[in-house]
This record gives sequence, C-alpha cells and structure tokens, in this order.
Amino acid sequence: MRLLTHNMLSSNIKGVTSGFPLRLEVEKVVEKQVDFNADFLNNMFVKIEWKALVDASRAMGYADLPDQTEPSMLDSDEFLKKFHHALLELHLEEGALICPETGRRFPVNKGIPNMLLHEDEV
Amino acid sequence: MCGHVTVYPIRVKDIASSCVLRLLDYRKPEVESLAELFGAFDSSANHNSLEWRLPLHHHPDSPFHFVRLPSEDVARNIANRSILVKGIYEPWGEGSSYEELEEAIRAYPDEWKLPYLSSESTFKITVDSFGKVISFQEQNDRIRGLSYIPFKGRVNLRNPEHKFWLMETDNYGSNNGLPPIVQRRIFFGREVGAADRKLLPTYQLKSRTYLGPTAMDAEMAFLMANQALVTPGKLVYDPFVGTGSILIAASHFGAMTMGADIDIRVVRDGRGPDCNVWSNFKQYGLPMPISLLRADNNLPPWRPGLREVFDAIICDPPYGVRAGGRKSGGRKLLKGTVGPYTVPDDKRTDHIPSTAPYSLVECVHDLLDLAARMLVVGGRLVFFYPVLREDDSIDSHYPDHPCFKLVASCEQILSFRYSRVLLTMVKTGPYTEDIAESAKMKHLEFKENHLKWLEDGNLHSAVFSPADAQLGGASDSKSSKELKPKYRGKYV
Repeated sequence: MRLLTHNMLSSNIKGVTSGFPLRLEVEKVVEKQVDFNADFLNNMFVKIEWKALVDASRAMGYADLPDQTEPSMLDSDEFLKKFHHALLELHLEEGALICPETGRRFPVNKGIPNMLLHEDEV
Repeated sequence: MCGHVTVYPIRVKDIASSCVLRLLDYRKPEVESLAELFGAFDSSANHNSLEWRLPLHHHPDSPFHFVRLPSEDVARNIANRSILVKGIYEPWGEGSSYEELEEAIRAYPDEWKLPYLSSESTFKITVDSFGKVISFQEQNDRIRGLSYIPFKGRVNLRNPEHKFWLMETDNYGSNNGLPPIVQRRIFFGREVGAADRKLLPTYQLKSRTYLGPTAMDAEMAFLMANQALVTPGKLVYDPFVGTGSILIAASHFGAMTMGADIDIRVVRDGRGPDCNVWSNFKQYGLPMPISLLRADNNLPPWRPGLREVFDAIICDPPYGVRAGGRKSGGRKLLKGTVGPYTVPDDKRTDHIPSTAPYSLVECVHDLLDLAARMLVVGGRLVFFYPVLREDDSIDSHYPDHPCFKLVASCEQILSFRYSRVLLTMVKTGPYTEDIAESAKMKHLEFKENHLKWLEDGNLHSAVFSPADAQLGGASDSKSSKELKPKYRGKYV
C-alpha cells in the first residue's frame, strides 16, 4: 500500500465521525521505484492532506518531507522528488491501519489493505 | 487551418472468422471519443459529435463509413489508437463501376494527388474486397486498371511511404451473414492511418497468466479505455477490479491505476506469487497499479472530504448472471433479524466477515454516487449495464444521475434473453451537498428494503428461467424465432 492510498482512506465504521487519518502500524516497508510524472504530482498535490502524508511517511521511516507547503514549492524539482518518493515509492507491505477513533485494526497483508467491515460495523 | 482533406472513409476492423461483423454499435462512439481525445472538437462548441455519411446504398452496419475530421493528424491518431477501426483513408474516388471510379479519380484535384505520386516516393497498392475473396490474378488486373493514375514512384511492398487501397463491395448473392449490400461500390484512397495490429494479440486473454471467470476480453477492455479517454498520467479506478483486465488496458495507455474488490483472495493472493494481479501487469511490462485494496463498493472507505481525484472510472459491475455481487453485512440481513450479529471480542482479529448479496440496482446506484463524488468534472464513467431483451428490442432506460450526461450506449447481445450495454457517461457538474444527501437517503432505503430489491432486481432468474415463462408458450417462441431476419449484426 502506497501512501497515496493511505491518504485517501478512512475508517468508515458506522458511527465513526473522524476516521481519518488512519494510524499506521508498520511491520514491513518496501521501496519500489515508480516513473516520475510531474503532471500527476501537480494534480495530486491539491488533493492530498499534507499533514497526514508527512506523519505517515515518518511512520514509514522517511523524514524528508517539509511540515508546511505552499503551491510555489511545486516549481522545485527537489521538492517534487521527495513528494514523489513519499507518495508513490514507499509501500507498506505488512502492517495495519488503525482507526483513530475506535482503534479498529484494518490489516495490510501482502501490500493489500483490507478495508472490509465486520457485520456489526456497517 | 487544417488541410483540404476533411472527409475520410473508415474501414472498420476486419470481419471475424465467424463471418459476423462484431461490436457494430461501438464503432462510431469509439471514433467520437478518440476524436475528442485528440482535440478534434473546439472546446467552446457544445456539440461533440462528428459528421458521418454512409456510402451510397450501404446498410448502416456497413464496414465503410465516411467521417469528417478536422485534420490528417487527428485522423492518423484516431486510426492508430482505435480498436475497431481498420484504417482511415483519404478518398480519391468512388463509384459503382470501374468507369465511374476512374472518372472520380481523374476529377480529384492534381494538387492533392501529385505530392503522393512523386518519383522519389515509394508506394504500394492493396486490393481489398468485402464479402468475397478476389484471386491474386484478379487483384493484379485491377491494379493494372489503375494505370491512368500517374504513379511515378517505386513500388515497395514491405515498407512503402504511401499506401493506396482499392476496396470493393458487391452483392455476391449469398452474404455469409454480412450486412446486405444492394449494389456494387468501389473505393480508392490513400491510407492516412491504420490500426496497431499487434495490440490485441499481445494482450489476448489466452496468454495471460492470471484469469478469473469474468475477466474482460482484451478487445473490450481496450475499447473501454478508449471510451474513458485514458491518457498518460491520468488516474483510473476500477471498483470491481477482479484480475485487473480493465486496468491493464488503461495502464497500456499510460494511466496510473487503482483497483478495489470485495474478494480478498483475488486482489491479494491470486493463485500464488507468480500468478496474481501484479504478475499480470509484470507480464506485459506495465507499471504496477498505484493501489489494490479490498473494499466494498456499497461502503467505500474513501475519506469523507475526498473529491474529484479520479480522471476515469471503468468497470464491469457484477450483475448477478455470471458473477453475483456481494456487499458487507451478511448474516443479519439474510436472516432478516433486527439485531446486528456481534463478533465476539476474542474472535475479531481473524474474523472473516460474511457478505450479503448485492442487487444490481443498489450496485449501480452506489457506482454512480461514487463516480459523482470521485471523478473530476469532465471525467468519464464507463461501465457495463445489463438489460433484458424482449422482442429483440431493449428497454433503453439507463441509469441516470444529475452530475452525468450519457455520451454513448453500445449494446452487446449476450443471449436471446439479455444484453449488456456499455454506457459512457461524462461528469458535467460538481457533486453538491443536496446530491450527497439524497444519495444517503437512497442508501438507507436500500438497506431497509434489502430483500425486496433482491427480488425485484434478480436478473439471474430472468435470464435462466424456462423459456415458456418468458415467451408465453414454446410454439410462440419457435415461430417468432423463425421470423427473425437472417442477418443479426449485433450477435457476437
């Protein structure tokens, strides 16, 4: 699971009002190289919840993202490369996503987050 | 300003070995989608359709069409990317006889012909007939008959600069299931662009490692990607990803892909480390999906504020005929009990939640709501929708949504009982609070009346019920079958 996915997901258990961002429980991280596409990053930048991405990338052991951003940073190649790496190249291979409100554990196994709810959670 | 050439005849992809023209309904929408993709339409103009003309006396299912395109570049791009177009040609002349053809070619202005006939160039003429095989001898005779065209260049059969085509259709008596041709028609033209013939053999399902029972045929998957206007860097989502066959086509065209499925065995495990969705992408050297996850289309896990992230959503929803849809919240709904099934605390970690059947109506409602929320404005939703066929006609009431405009609907007949229709919709307006609220109400209504919806929307029983119940008596159904015309172009 890449951090782009993490940034889009929330816990949707019935009754949970703030299911985002999911906390990361990290067992195994792998890095996979992805072709750099500046247009894609520019498009995604405005959709991303930045703080959630920064926190998640730190939980995965990558601390190079700045805490604050502004749109002008997109002109910097150096920034785009870091953003690219954090967003697309870090994978949570084994671990879990934890609902911030209930503590429910959504397992991540072989890189696939299992977001299916139990019968009493829908 | 574009060149003088504005009308191109289109020779649609060759007939299949079964001698039935395939996917007829899909041809014009595909060309129009690609025309939009390659900038054929003025963005300020509101009508995004092309001007089509059928050749004289031709059946609407004819393999030849004339279409007006703004430039040769657009025509070439369309032809190279299209799945159903065999080639696009600049017409130099047409006629009902070779005399008429000669007259037309002679009348075609020299200034448009001579640049392609010069002595430094190489060329090739191909003779093609539709509905009949022309012998090698006859082909040569026909080529010699074109000597009134001042070809100065050298012939190069392997790699010519300019390719010319002489195409002939005729009423040969028996038409082998092809669309009827009333009268002979001959075309001569210069090829502007032709289809990539290696594409489909490369991606055909029979050589793909990981397949499921409802894997999308490569031709259809690429067609869907074309309808969705997939280009490099776009983000494409398939909420019923299965073995990934639709995303493979999107990825071939350079898209970033994401997929979800409710069946974790499919998305996570496949049939082992070298036979799963990832390995399918690896097999073709395509970039891996950005994300695969297990999620339920009925209760998508996207964070509430997330809007307009996907450029296209392409999918084949489970409509309960070959594969049934499932959604979260099994036992309690099935038993009709009111109290929820509570998972004991010590069993929660490894608990495998049961799922409930997912009716088509609810599934499509959820899909449209998801697409309305998650697609960018101008983004496309492309999906199959099943319809029951009665009396050879289909009820053309398709699902609609205030955020979407239907761009194309193409029927593919699957049996006497039902068809699937490929719907292409474009998101025309933003997802408002009002729309979100009414979708939420509808969601609750579905939940409360779950059993009723399952009974009402049961396509499986309509498709597989005995013939008598459907057609009102075996004798009736027999006679009505006999009355059907021999040429049934939409059958595949």
